[in-house]
Amino acid sequence: MSTVGSSGTRGAGGGLDARGASATLEPDPGTAIGRFLSDGWIATRRNLMKIIRVPDILVFTLLQPIMFVLLFTYVFGAAIDVPGGYTSFLMAGIFAQTVVFGSTYSGSAMAQDLKDGIIDRFRTLPMNGAAVLVGRTNGDLVINGLSMLVMMGTGWLVGWRVESSVGGFLAGVVLLLLFAYAFSWLMAFLGMSVRSPEIINNVSFLVLFPLTFISNAFVPTENLPTPLRIFSEWNPVSALVQSARELFGNVPAGTPVGDAWTAQNPILTVLIGISALLIVFVPLSIAKFAALGKK
Amino acid sequence: MPFIEASELVKTYTPKGAPVVRALDGLSLQVPQGTVTALLGPNGAGKTTTVKVLTTLISPDSGAAVIDGVDVLAEPERVRRMIGASGQYAAVDENLTGFENLEMVGRLYHLGAKRAKARARELIELFDLVEAQNRVVKGFSGGMRRRIDLAGALVINPPVLFLDEPTTGLDPRSRLALWDVIESLVSGGTTVLLTTQYLEEADRLADSISVIDGGRVIAEGTADELKASVGGQRVALTLVDADETEVVRGILQRYGSGEAVPSNEGKTWVVPVDDGPTALGRIVGEVTAAGLQLHDAGMRRPTLDDVFLQLTGHAAADAGTDEKGAA
Repeated sequence: MSTVGSSGTRGAGGGLDARGASATLEPDPGTAIGRFLSDGWIATRRNLMKIIRVPDILVFTLLQPIMFVLLFTYVFGAAIDVPGGYTSFLMAGIFAQTVVFGSTYSGSAMAQDLKDGIIDRFRTLPMNGAAVLVGRTNGDLVINGLSMLVMMGTGWLVGWRVESSVGGFLAGVVLLLLFAYAFSWLMAFLGMSVRSPEIINNVSFLVLFPLTFISNAFVPTENLPTPLRIFSEWNPVSALVQSARELFGNVPAGTPVGDAWTAQNPILTVLIGISALLIVFVPLSIAKFAALGKK
Repeated sequence: MPFIEASELVKTYTPKGAPVVRALDGLSLQVPQGTVTALLGPNGAGKTTTVKVLTTLISPDSGAAVIDGVDVLAEPERVRRMIGASGQYAAVDENLTGFENLEMVGRLYHLGAKRAKARARELIELFDLVEAQNRVVKGFSGGMRRRIDLAGALVINPPVLFLDEPTTGLDPRSRLALWDVIESLVSGGTTVLLTTQYLEEADRLADSISVIDGGRVIAEGTADELKASVGGQRVALTLVDADETEVVRGILQRYGSGEAVPSNEGKTWVVPVDDGPTALGRIVGEVTAAGLQLHDAGMRRPTLDDVFLQLTGHAAADAGTDEKGAA
C-alpha cells in the first residue's frame, strides 16, 4: 500500500508546501487562435494516445476491415457477378461502410468522456470548449485513416487495383475521409445528447447497419425489390460508394447506375452532404458543449 | 471581503417522472482568503452541486457567486484561470500516465510545453509518484489516483482550490496520508473549499465548517463552536452483543435528557445527559442488572456527529463507522 508524502510534512516548513513562495503560474502570452489550435492539438493527442493504449480500438480499427475484405471477397465474391469482378466492385463499399462506422466512435467516446468526468475536468480549465470536439473528431479521422490504409493493403493483396490516376485515387481517399469526418460531428453531437455510450452504440448499429447494407456497397441494386431499390438509389451511402468507385476507376462499362439524381451525380451529392453536415453540426455541437452546465 | 462568496444559490432538477429536486435551496457561503472551509453534509445535501457552481461547471437557476471579485456566472473564463478543482466529478484520464495527465492539464492552462513538463515533474515528486509516473492511471490504487487528481488541481498553484470529497472511498491509511498533504497545502496560503461526509475530516482540516442539508447551510462555525452549540455531556455505551435493543433504549431514555442513538449495528449507544456521573452510574447498574455485557462505558463531550444529528435529525450517512476506522 502506498502512503502519501511522508508524515513529517505538516506545517509551513514541510516539503509538501506546494504553493510555497511561488506565485500562481500565469499563462504564456498567446492569441485566441493560437490557444485554440494548441488546445485542439492537446485534445487530439489525448485521443491518439487512447488508440495506442486501448487494444480494443486498435483491433476494431485494423482487424475488422481485414476480416470484412476477406469475408466479402471470398464468401460473396463467388456468388455475385458484376462487370470487372466482385473485388473491384466491393472495395469502395467496404471503405464507405468502415469509415461511416468508424465515425460513430466520436459519439460513444464523447458520451463515455462525459460519464467518466474527463469533460468536467476540461470544463474547469481555461481551455477552448470547441477544441475538445475538434480533438474528438480528429481522433476519428486518424482511426479512419489507419483503417483505410489497412483495407487498401488487404484489398491490393486480394486483387483490388486503382484503375484511375493518382489524382483520382487521392480524391477518392479524401472524399471518404472528409465525409466520415463530417459525420463524426453529427455523432459527437449525439454523444452529448444521450445518457450512456451504450445507447450510441446500439442506435448507430441499428440505423447504420441497414443504411450501409441497403445500398450499392455490397451488391448491385437493380434486382432489389422496388421499395428497397428506390431507397438504395437515394441512400447517401450509395452516393459515397459510387463516388469512390468512380474516383478509383472501379466502374467498368456495364456497371449498373441508378436513375435517382443522387445516383447520377454522386460526387456532387457527397460534397453537398459533407457541407450540410459540417454547417449544421459543427455550430450545433459547439453550442451543445457550451450549454452542458445549463440544463 | 470574503474570497469566495456564494449568495442565495438555487438549483433545481426535474428527474423524469419525478417531482422537482431542489439540489440547492438558497445556499449562501463565505470563505475568507487563506482559510479552509468544509461543506459538511450527507449524500445529496448539495455539496457537489455547490462546488460545481463555483467551478463554473453548472449555472444556478438563481443566486450569485463571486471569487476574488470575479463574477463566476458572468466571467467563467477568468475564474478558470485562478481555480484548481479536484474530486469525484473532475476525473483524470485513465489511459494516460500520471505524468501525461499533469502535463496535459498544464498545457490546457496554456503554460506551454516546457513549463507544463517541468511543473508535472515537480508535482510528481511532491506527491511521491515518481515510480508510478510512467504507468497508466488505470492501474493506480485508489490513493495514488487521488494524489494524481489532487496534483492536477495544483498545476498552476491556484489561489483557490476546490476539493470535492477528497478522501471518499480511500482506506483509512491513505486517508490519513492525504490529510497530511492537504494540511501542508493549505499552510501555504491557498483558499480552500472542501466537501466531505466525514465529520472527522472537517474537524481536522477546516478553519470553518458549514453544515448543509437539503441544499441549505443549516449551521456554520468552527468545530468547537458547533460542538458547544449542542452543549452538555453524553453517556456512551458499547455492548458485547446487540441483542436487547429495546431494553437498552428504555434504560437510556429513562436517565438521559434526550434521544438515545444507536450506531455500530446497535452495539454502541449515545445519549445526552444532564448530570453525567450520576447518570453513568445508574445506566451501567441497570444495564448490568438486565444481564447485558458491557464492553465499554463512559462520559464524553459532544462530537461533530452529535452536532450533525441534532441539526439534521439524521446521522451523517454511513460515514460514522467508516470514519472510526480512520481515526
